[in-house]
Amino acid sequence: MADLTDAQEADAQRQITYREAVAEGIAREMRRDPAVVCLGEDIGEAGGVFKTTSGLFKEFGPGRVWDTPISEQAIVGAAMGAAMTGMRPVAEIMFSDFLACCWDYLANEIPKVRYMTGGQVTVPLVVRTANGGGLGFGAQHSQATENWAFTVPGLKIAAPSTPADVIGMMASAIRSDDPVVFFEHKGLFASKGPPAPPDHVVELGKAAVVREGADITLVALASMVPVALTAADRLAREGIEAEVVDLRCLVPLDVSTVLASLDKTSRLTIVEENPYQGGWGATLVSVVADEGFGLLDAPVRRVAGECVPLPFADALEERVIPTVDKVVSAVRELAAY
Amino acid sequence: MAPTVSGDELLTLYEQMAVIRRTEKAAHDLFLSGLVKGTTHLAAGHEAIAVGASAALRDDDYVFATYRGHHHALARGATPEECLAELMSRATGLCKAKGGSMHLTKASAGMLGSYAIVGAHLPMAVGAAWSARLRGTDQLAVAFFGDGATNIGAFHEALNLAAVWKLPVLFVCENNLYMEYTAIADVTAVPRPAADRAPAYGIPGETVDGNDVVLVKETVARLARRARAGDGPAVLEAETYRHYGHSRADPATYRPAEEVERWLKHDPLDIARGRLDRLGVSATAIDAADERATAVVQAAVDAAKAAPAPDPAEALTDVWADGGSAWRT
Repeated sequence: MADLTDAQEADAQRQITYREAVAEGIAREMRRDPAVVCLGEDIGEAGGVFKTTSGLFKEFGPGRVWDTPISEQAIVGAAMGAAMTGMRPVAEIMFSDFLACCWDYLANEIPKVRYMTGGQVTVPLVVRTANGGGLGFGAQHSQATENWAFTVPGLKIAAPSTPADVIGMMASAIRSDDPVVFFEHKGLFASKGPPAPPDHVVELGKAAVVREGADITLVALASMVPVALTAADRLAREGIEAEVVDLRCLVPLDVSTVLASLDKTSRLTIVEENPYQGGWGATLVSVVADEGFGLLDAPVRRVAGECVPLPFADALEERVIPTVDKVVSAVRELAAY
Repeated sequence: MAPTVSGDELLTLYEQMAVIRRTEKAAHDLFLSGLVKGTTHLAAGHEAIAVGASAALRDDDYVFATYRGHHHALARGATPEECLAELMSRATGLCKAKGGSMHLTKASAGMLGSYAIVGAHLPMAVGAAWSARLRGTDQLAVAFFGDGATNIGAFHEALNLAAVWKLPVLFVCENNLYMEYTAIADVTAVPRPAADRAPAYGIPGETVDGNDVVLVKETVARLARRARAGDGPAVLEAETYRHYGHSRADPATYRPAEEVERWLKHDPLDIARGRLDRLGVSATAIDAADERATAVVQAAVDAAKAAPAPDPAEALTDVWADGGSAWRT
């Protein structure tokens, strides 16, 4: 038994948290490119309110890691100006709900400047933000807001679900010559996974088939990926094999991987944390209806958040956002169709 | 004070202002004849601010402007032909006819854009100045904005961040007395909307006659030296007046006749002409500059009219850095 314990400990040591992966992903890019700089509230010596920038200030100093006032417009606006003039800024907006405070930059300035200048200006910046619910932060600190960005042409949208993907996608996001909104999920910060190998890069817009199955396709994003995987395990005990696709990005949207999976399974359920109203799943479903209708043997289902503000109490929050039970019951229904 | 601008140099500045004035008149006439669609926000009357400030800046400095930005694009080196072609939706437009009047941009000349959301570009200028600091250059960033922008949150966030990071950025307010249709004094708690707020952020706030190109140049040059030396940002409030209304839909009838008359007599071109006269530049030389300006703008109008409309396929380019607009596989 001693050997087994040692092996388990060695495994545990090889795991890193999602939270650590954020800082590691940024640090790797800061080491390789002096144009990468960070700015945001409490990101310096404090290491960020979620400790996602822990260690950066110590390694890179105040010339690369800049604490800002509580001024979301100035943070994102300054990042934009710096990106237009030779830098690769990584701006943190503490909670994704606060993106609304600088929405002009996300909706009107950053995504449009290249287009409306006829391609004269490039804006290589990353706006990172802690997204999503499940932690009882209440209605103004819990929203899954990636759909806000999804409505605006000109923004790339990353939302990783594992520590290795955080690092690989952070590399792609920071190296991208286009603006990227990078959603880190609050509910995943403490989760662990295998570390990323050196020089790990995950191309933006490549979904991952994280579980294979022939009966139904579950498409999920960020914190909904582990929910979908757990649901798939339970469904497997009932004889239903679900294929789970981690979308990883909303823009570029990897429709090909979803259609390829449907070619095998013929059934689709989308698991999204955001409210059903206006969710990204609706766009994906519309593309599938357009281009993959012939692949389907059943209606599609969207397990999404209810269209209410996120409530505070656990029991209420669970009622509102997707859970394993809700996914299992939706899939059961669909498998029997 | 000893003159800091020679007759020859002032004549050049005069000619630039004359080109801007005639380009704005052309934009006005082309709009009325249906060749410019959407709207225009003309800057006739504001020429001395763009030309005077540009004369004090280096080619590698950064300029950010507003939807009323024709004069800044022209002062920074955009040609009347490419500006008018942009307004007339021609393929040869400054921004390939994707920007229009409110978004004239010439990045190669450091003119990093005209922004149509009031106040949005002030933090961008802060970022460009921050970038200059990070890259170890002594470049300067300048944000030109209207008096109305001083009541936007981004103005205050930008001033504070520029001050605490001590960045080389100049905030130049073109105070033309009207926030669109409403007198700025009626909606602002202090008499000088930009300069009076600057001290609250520990920044010097100055005012200048924005219709005197020499005073503008001297003042911007002094504040630019200070910022380049590492002494931080400054706010300059340049007092000026619009010759036209807020936009093409606005005949500006809300302005008292006496006020309009007084300001039209304080015309930037007349003021420069008086200075040229005192510097001994002949009326013939000044008239020749006017004639050259007229010819350049007429040729620009003709060329823009003759230019083709953009290829509709261009609508789907330039979203991403790879030139395309694909959002999915």
